[in-house]
Amino acid sequence: MENYEQARESIRNFIIGNMDVFDEDITLADDDNIFEKGFVTSIFAMRLLDFIEDEFKIEVADEDINLVNFSSVQQMVKLVEKSEG
Amino acid sequence: MRKIAVVGAGVMGVDLAATAAFYGYEVILKDKDEDVLEKAKKIMKKNIRQYRMLSNELQTWDSKDIMSRISFTTDYTGFENVEWVIENVTEDIEVKSKVYKELNEVCSLGTYYGVNTSCISITQIASLMNEPDKVIGMHFMNPVPLKEAVETVIGFHTSEETINEARMLLNSMQKKLIKVNDFPGFVANRLSHLFMNEAAFLVQDHVANPENIDAIFRMGYAHKMGPLETADLIGLDTVVNSLDVLYKEYQDPKFRCCPLLKKMVAAGLLGRKSGRGFYKY
Repeated sequence: MENYEQARESIRNFIIGNMDVFDEDITLADDDNIFEKGFVTSIFAMRLLDFIEDEFKIEVADEDINLVNFSSVQQMVKLVEKSEG
Repeated sequence: MRKIAVVGAGVMGVDLAATAAFYGYEVILKDKDEDVLEKAKKIMKKNIRQYRMLSNELQTWDSKDIMSRISFTTDYTGFENVEWVIENVTEDIEVKSKVYKELNEVCSLGTYYGVNTSCISITQIASLMNEPDKVIGMHFMNPVPLKEAVETVIGFHTSEETINEARMLLNSMQKKLIKVNDFPGFVANRLSHLFMNEAAFLVQDHVANPENIDAIFRMGYAHKMGPLETADLIGLDTVVNSLDVLYKEYQDPKFRCCPLLKKMVAAGLLGRKSGRGFYKY
């Protein structure tokens, strides 16, 4: 992908903008499992799919739609790369 | 294949039709409005894809397969052959009454009716029908494929046979039947609308923002969702309608609708379905 860093940044920003945390000092690592860490709910995963498809103008294949592929910034960047072919 | 009809292709109707089709029913999804039906097809496909993410079981949902068992229609063709009609039109007694009068004409005797409502009297709806004993309330919760139970409302005339048939229908869709009696708002709405309404008052009074109100419910009370994200999911217009019904029925000021909710609805902020409510989508 040409803009790996850009994709990473926009995914990070979207998650951070929607995180359910009180503590402002909390940091989000690229390999943090955002669901297990309680940063977001699995209901939010549905919004992530919309976000990824709109932001990167891609259609994620049905078989790639699962929680694992959306569980961290790293996984999502990988998914975007794969879906862009 | 067993046949059921779903009337009303709004938020609930779409998910309910998809759920029934997934569990092997042949489904007629009827709405009076052609545009609503066209939108319903798109929303259904989108929802099915999104639900794949939410549980292992829903990983097997396939939009093409599910939608091949659903016929989308604006008339009552085929209703004479269905075992069940599950009606999900607007929570308005006049709108529902009109639909039930039509159903009474087009459906065969022996048809069971599930009234998907969170606040309308099942006994009153049943009084419009030739066989009031076959009418039962089925308050499906949103999102339908993820919920394990249905608040099932027993009207004055609802028979044991109808309750048993309802149990079999719901169990076949992997849902439990929870029996409650017919009284305004039943159990779920009487409780949940007080929460949602008071949460809206908290936003209005600048006590906390929606994110923090919901976080207290999720992280403090271990609810899966907070009251404001729930309100956005249901649709703020629906929440306002239901509060108005509760207020009218009980004449109790505890059900008075928060002015902020009314203002948001007037401004077109209806929640998830309009792209903005307490949150942006």
